[in-house]
Amino acid sequence: MNDFYLMRKNLSRKKLRAILMLVAIFIAFLIFGVLASFQHGFNAGTGLGGTDSRLITVSKINFTQSLPVAHIARIAGVDGVETVAMANWFGGYYQEPSNLLAMYAVDPEPYLKAYRDAYVIAPAERAAFLADRGSLLVPEGLANKYGWKVGDSLPLLSNIFSNKTTNSHRWDFTIAGIIHTAHPDDPQGAILFHHAYFDETVTFGRDKFNWAVERIAPGADGDRIAGAIDLLFANSPSETATQQEKAFNRAFLAQIGNIALIVTLVVSAAFCTILMIVGNTMIMAIRERTKEIAVLKTLGFSRGRILRLVLGEALLLALLGGVPGLLLAVVVDKVALAKLLPGSTMTWPISLTGIGFMLAFGLVTGLAPALNAMRINIAAGLARF
Amino acid sequence: MVGPIIQFSNVSKRFVKGKETITIFDHLDLSIQAGDFVAIMGPSGSGKTTLLNLMGGLDQATEGQITFNGAAISGLSEGQLAAWRAVNVGFIFQFYNLMPMLTAERNVELPLLLTKLSGAERRQRVQAALALVGLRERTGHYPREMSGGQQQRVAIARGIISDPKLLVCDEPTGDLDRATADEVLLMLQTLNQEMGKTIVMVTHDPAAAKYAHRILHLDKGAFTDRELAA
Repeated sequence: MNDFYLMRKNLSRKKLRAILMLVAIFIAFLIFGVLASFQHGFNAGTGLGGTDSRLITVSKINFTQSLPVAHIARIAGVDGVETVAMANWFGGYYQEPSNLLAMYAVDPEPYLKAYRDAYVIAPAERAAFLADRGSLLVPEGLANKYGWKVGDSLPLLSNIFSNKTTNSHRWDFTIAGIIHTAHPDDPQGAILFHHAYFDETVTFGRDKFNWAVERIAPGADGDRIAGAIDLLFANSPSETATQQEKAFNRAFLAQIGNIALIVTLVVSAAFCTILMIVGNTMIMAIRERTKEIAVLKTLGFSRGRILRLVLGEALLLALLGGVPGLLLAVVVDKVALAKLLPGSTMTWPISLTGIGFMLAFGLVTGLAPALNAMRINIAAGLARF
Repeated sequence: MVGPIIQFSNVSKRFVKGKETITIFDHLDLSIQAGDFVAIMGPSGSGKTTLLNLMGGLDQATEGQITFNGAAISGLSEGQLAAWRAVNVGFIFQFYNLMPMLTAERNVELPLLLTKLSGAERRQRVQAALALVGLRERTGHYPREMSGGQQQRVAIARGIISDPKLLVCDEPTGDLDRATADEVLLMLQTLNQEMGKTIVMVTHDPAAAKYAHRILHLDKGAFTDRELAA
């Protein structure tokens, strides 16, 4: 027998209460694990980096509104614009709606030119993509995930558009090449396919695009060019808003950040509530044992040892409930979450943060009852029934 | 008898309750010889348990000096008193005060967690103590699975496991029937006579007090007389 044995026996003396507390902690850390993985997925998906050498033009109303294709030629004429490419959301998925894909219909050549410093594509694959309107480029990560290879036929579906040639939401593609990133930290990007192919097959929304990306000449003033582009369409039915790519990404991230903040606050509130419930239950559990603690002190157990026994019990409770909660969060992430949000994963830093929270949870819930136990007056404690 | 094991000199104990100060003892003197078996009797509220608490180092005197084997225990810090109790005093309570989640052998082993004995040595001592109180067959039983008499014998085994010189017993037979009480008292008598333990026992029961060498009557914080047990 040792102190750990005493902690374990004390914890399991009222089984129903122990189980309820364990379940509460289990749920708290399951929520934490799932949320943290979700946030990681969000951050991974939106950490687009960006550069000052590219501008993004979207509708002034908001970025989900389409703009006419005719804008592209006028933007290309703005002084300082080296190249301009349009792009469209596709809302793609692979086989199941849960296998969502980031997938854009783009002007192939100007788009790749605009991103020439970010993407690495084998010259033969690049040439094959440009030559075949029914082909696409896939990011290396997705190709590895689904086992796709160059030359594979790939039917993909859209949850927004329908295809008039197949009379369904399906488009048939051939994989022309793989997109590698120039730097390990760069995001993998999206599947790219020909806007022309999209435009001629889609049942609605033709001759439109969602955003344009402009590559500006080295040393050109991005703010001036952005102002010049927006001025072109001022007071027209399709006004534009142009920003440097970095600023655009930051604005996009800020919106997601707000959603993440709301979710974090809600989960934190649930977490704190569970902490208070468990803490209160621990205080009551220790109060019930006042006489036993007085007996331990009578036998010669020091104040410090009593403090350690109660704190250890609270830490043990937190770990016994929390670790399985985190483990289930890993399973939930792999089975469900990662399909909805690629990039969502329970990383080691998240796991270690979770363990840190468990230890903090144990210390916070155990400290008050441990201090109370330590201060129990022996004579008064022994007199209790 | 080889000299006083416990000596109270001018001991006073007062409690402050709100604006009122309650005096339990005022300048009390007491001497208990090593190897003695003393019963303390008296009406409720006479200060018996407070006296026992002071003797066992569970409480501190307001004034005066308490010595154990010639060394003052009044003035020791809480931590020093805890260490002193672990070595020198065994406690036996009216309601046994066993840990309900521990078996008999684990309950007896508890005080040994404060020693540096190995697990094997602890187990050996526990078996010997339980054999001494006649519970060798009940080592794996929980308190709820034992009778009151058996629980009190486990408590006695726990009280003597560290081989203390002094056994402090607060109404050890108060919750037992006559026959079981006599068994427990005979066991205490044996510990006193054969193992030389000094025993101080608070009791309301004159029949229990007869097992002692001396009976001290306490009333309103003072000894009224002292007499040898019949």
